[in-house]
Amino acid sequence: MLKHLVSAAIATVLIAPLAHAEAMKMAVTTSFENSGLAEVLLPAIKEDTGIDVQLLVVGTGQALRLGEAGDVDAVLVHSKAAEEKFVADGDATHRREIMYNDFVLIGPEDDPAGIAESESAPAAFKAIAETEAPFVSRGDDSGTNKKELSLWAAIGLKPDALGDWYKPVGAGMGAALNTAAGIDAYIMSDRASWLNFGNKGDLALLYSGDPLLFNQYAYLPVNPDKGDHIRNDLAQNLEEWLTSDRAKELIDGYRIADQQLFTFNAEQTDASQAAE
Amino acid sequence: MTDLWGGLYAAARLLITLDPDLIEIALRSLRVTLSALAIACVIALPLAALLAVRRFRLRRATIAILNALMGLPPVVVGLVVYVLLSRAGPLGVLGLLFTPTAMIIAQVIIIVPLVASIAHQSLRELWAEYHDLLISLDTTQRQRIATLLWDGRRSLLTAALAGFGRAIGEVGAIMVVGGNIDHATRVMTTAIALETGKGNFALALGLGFVLIALAIAVNLAIHWLSRTERGQQW
Repeated sequence: MLKHLVSAAIATVLIAPLAHAEAMKMAVTTSFENSGLAEVLLPAIKEDTGIDVQLLVVGTGQALRLGEAGDVDAVLVHSKAAEEKFVADGDATHRREIMYNDFVLIGPEDDPAGIAESESAPAAFKAIAETEAPFVSRGDDSGTNKKELSLWAAIGLKPDALGDWYKPVGAGMGAALNTAAGIDAYIMSDRASWLNFGNKGDLALLYSGDPLLFNQYAYLPVNPDKGDHIRNDLAQNLEEWLTSDRAKELIDGYRIADQQLFTFNAEQTDASQAAE
Repeated sequence: MTDLWGGLYAAARLLITLDPDLIEIALRSLRVTLSALAIACVIALPLAALLAVRRFRLRRATIAILNALMGLPPVVVGLVVYVLLSRAGPLGVLGLLFTPTAMIIAQVIIIVPLVASIAHQSLRELWAEYHDLLISLDTTQRQRIATLLWDGRRSLLTAALAGFGRAIGEVGAIMVVGGNIDHATRVMTTAIALETGKGNFALALGLGFVLIALAIAVNLAIHWLSRTERGQQW
């Protein structure tokens, strides 16, 4: 009997990976996937272009590493400095801005640092630092993490030198939000992940709106020189679709709890409009 | 507590409605883990028997290393397999990264030491019993190994089930090498991690309960098929 089991198991291995028509791999950030926008865009992409986009959901740091190694065909992330370096190093052919969303400051509803009335994002960060209220940081070198670090730097603080109240958890957006909900801490999140988050606990959205908190997503097709396996043709088709009127309509129209999450801002060429 | 009840409710709903996504990832979990287990057994069981019957110089060191490797951190295994299979790595041409095959490779590495160590433990006792008989019959080493494996098959089943248990619940390695791609490499454990990340604790727990039920079902099925724990058998 065991023999049958073993042979059945071996048979399943051999039959395994068939059926891949026009598939390409794209590394995206956790915030893109957790926002739920992927579930709207991917079926539309498949319908319009026939491309089956396989998402690898990782932090910006790891996404760029996957692109650098040639393990994905394109990258969609949000960290301008790292992206420009990625292009300058020859890992991507170019950088194309697609859309933006914004970051928001989340914290306990009673708001011990009083950031709800802040005049700007740096002022809110300063208030948190002065009251030494617990603050959860992604601490994972992701785009969100880099943005947060830039805001601490803007008020002259270095996260390493902050006290115990500053907690880098080294995790994705959802996991970091879970931690913040568990200890009633402040945290910076992208709006989409926050609205989609199911375990809000006593946390509330306290501050948003400073243009410093805007979060630009850009699309980077991986350099086809990395090998014949890179599906640059599909990556180009996808870029055309992502900058088309159809994408604009879906991105601008995506709402959670009556709030628009993403704003399409790709520069459209005649070709991409015609593609529609 | 409400999350736990929500989890049970979610599990019941997923099972009763035969949620197609659930069926897909559950079957993929089984396929990956059973494949890894079959391959691991083919490697580990003869190795365990060989270590029992043959005396060689580094035998003690080999056994100690095998025992130590039972505690291999899955995420490190995942990272090593990732680096090897990456397009920029030595085996990149095979194009295996982010496929179920890559996940099977990682799980084989994780469970071979576990299965081999447990199997060796029981075969060693069996060998102490059989030693004089098999030596006096002037058997070849191959025959001795075959005898041990056959007569010890029920305790080897325990070793295999331990390997299955470790592999089916593993998330660190397969997340790195599989990438948790929807409809391609998403399995039960990575789906649970994903839903936890979204803060959907009820759904995550529901998937967790389904995974536990799946593991119990597989164990029962194997016991039933191999006719252990019955009246006339030991």
